[in-house]
Amino acid sequence: MLIKKAADIRSSEVTPKSWYMDRRKFLTGSALAGAAVVGEQLWSPSTVVQANDKIPNLQKSSFSTNEKQTPYKDITNYNNYYEFSTDKYEPASLAAKFKTRPWTVTIDGAVKKKQKLDVDSIIALAPPEERIYRHRCVEGWSIVVPWIGFSLSELIKKCDPLPKARFVEFTTLFDMAQMPGQQTSVLRWPYTEGLRMDEAMHPLTLLCFGLYGEVLPNQNGAPLRIVVPWKYGFKSAKAIVKISFVENQPPTAWNDATPREYGFYSNVNPHVDHPRWSQAKERRLGEFLKRDTLMFNGYDQVASMYSGMDLKKYF
Amino acid sequence: MVRALKVLVFVLCLVPVGILARGFFGAHPTDMSSWGQGLGANPLEVITHSTGDWTMRFLLITLAITPLRKITHLNWLIRFRRMLGLFAFFYGTLHLFTYLWFDKNFVLADILADVAKRRFITVGFSGFVLMIPLAVTSTAWAIRKMGGKRWQVLHRLIYFSAIAGVIHYIWLVKSDLTKPLQYGVILAALLLYRVAVWVWPKGPRKTVPVARTSAA
Repeated sequence: MLIKKAADIRSSEVTPKSWYMDRRKFLTGSALAGAAVVGEQLWSPSTVVQANDKIPNLQKSSFSTNEKQTPYKDITNYNNYYEFSTDKYEPASLAAKFKTRPWTVTIDGAVKKKQKLDVDSIIALAPPEERIYRHRCVEGWSIVVPWIGFSLSELIKKCDPLPKARFVEFTTLFDMAQMPGQQTSVLRWPYTEGLRMDEAMHPLTLLCFGLYGEVLPNQNGAPLRIVVPWKYGFKSAKAIVKISFVENQPPTAWNDATPREYGFYSNVNPHVDHPRWSQAKERRLGEFLKRDTLMFNGYDQVASMYSGMDLKKYF
Repeated sequence: MVRALKVLVFVLCLVPVGILARGFFGAHPTDMSSWGQGLGANPLEVITHSTGDWTMRFLLITLAITPLRKITHLNWLIRFRRMLGLFAFFYGTLHLFTYLWFDKNFVLADILADVAKRRFITVGFSGFVLMIPLAVTSTAWAIRKMGGKRWQVLHRLIYFSAIAGVIHYIWLVKSDLTKPLQYGVILAALLLYRVAVWVWPKGPRKTVPVARTSAA
C-alpha cells in the first residue's frame, strides 16, 4: 500500500508540487509575485482588458428575459461583496484598483488534466453571449442583469472531469491587501461555493466575464465569476482562482457561517422562508412595492434536476 | 437661553428626515418617476435603515440625558429629554410605516403573520408598542394626572424598548454584527449606570467619607 502511494506521486512528479507551492503563496496573499511569475509567461500586453472595454461580437441568447434591465449604475454600485465590505455601496470604490490581470485559474481535483489556465485563454474558449438574467438576492431584492459569458459547461468539457467528480467547487481569490473585507472575520476566507455536477453542467449556469456589453467591473466579480440564475446570489462565486472537481459535497462559505440559514442548494424558493425572514416576495430595484418571488426564480427548466427531492430539507 | 437652544435642537433633530426627504424627492420633486433616485439603488432600504438607526440613536441620546445631568450637574439638560424621547418615537413611527407600506403594502394578514412568525419583527414591533404609552403620557398634564412616581415607573419602559431595538437589529443582520453591537455596548453602559446608582444611591463609597471628613 505504501509502495503504491509512492508510485502515484512519482507519476505526476514535479508539476503538482509547484502548483501546490504556488497555491499556498496565492492563499496567503503574501507573495503576489508568485502568481505574477506564472502570469507573465501567458500574458501579453495586447490582452490587457479593463472595465468599460467593449466586448465585441456578442451573441444573443434564448435564455434572456425581456424584462426591464436594472440600470448599469445600480448594478455596479449596489454590491454584496464581503471581500471588500459588508456595505453594499462600498465595493465600487474599494475594488477600483483591484488587479484582474495577470490572472490564472487552477483546475484541479478529479480531472484528467490538472492545469493552470490564463483567464484570457478561458474567455477565448467560446463565443461570448449576452444573457439577460433575473438575479435574486437571499436578502429579498432582485435585479435584471445583461451578463456576458458562455455556459460553464464549455469549460468543464475542456477540463475532462473524471466520472467520480460529482461536485464542482469554486474558490475566490484570497488577498487581504487587495480585498480589505478579508481582514475581518465576517465569513471564512477564501470564499468558496459549490454546485452539483448536473447543476454546473446546466446550460443556464454562466461563466461570466462581462456586463452591459463591457468587461465585468471589479465590484461585480471580475475577472471571472459564475452566475447561477435560479439560486440566491451568494451561490454565484466571484473572482474565481480555482475550480475543483470533487467527489463529495464541498463546504461553502455561507453554509459554514450559518448552516441553518443558508443551505448548499439555496434554490430561489418562495415557499421556503429564510429562518428569519420571508422569501415569498422580493423588491425589484427601482420598484416601490414588492413583487412575488418565482419558484427557481422563474427558471422552470431546472426543476427536473430536483424532482423527488424534498426542497424544504435540501434548502 | 434654554428656550432658544430647544428650538435649535428641535431643528437639528429634523435634519436626518430632511436629508432623507431631499434624497428621495431629489432635484425634481414634481417628477414622480425620479423619486428615490437620490438615495441610491435601493431607496426603500436606505429609508428603512436610516429611520431605524435614528430611532435607536434617539433612544440612546434620551437615555444619556440623566447620567449626563448627574455627572455634569447641568440640571437644565432634563428639559431636552421629552423632546428627544418624542423624536425617538417619531423616527420609530417612520420606520414602522416604511415597513407597513413598502414591505407589506398595508396587507393586515401579511403583517400579522410576520409579527407572529419573524422574531426580529416581533421584538422590533414590541419595542415600538412600548414607546406608545410613553409618547401618550409625555405631556405635563399626564404627569400631573398620574403623579410623578407612577409616571416615572411607567417611563422605565424605555429601557425595554431600547433593549428590544438592539435585539431587533442583532436578529436581522446577516453576519456583520458591528453596528448592532455598538448600540448594544452604549445601551449596556447607560443601563449599568442606572444599576450602579440604584445599588449605591449616594455615589461611590470612597468619596463620601472623604467629603465628610473634609467638611468636619
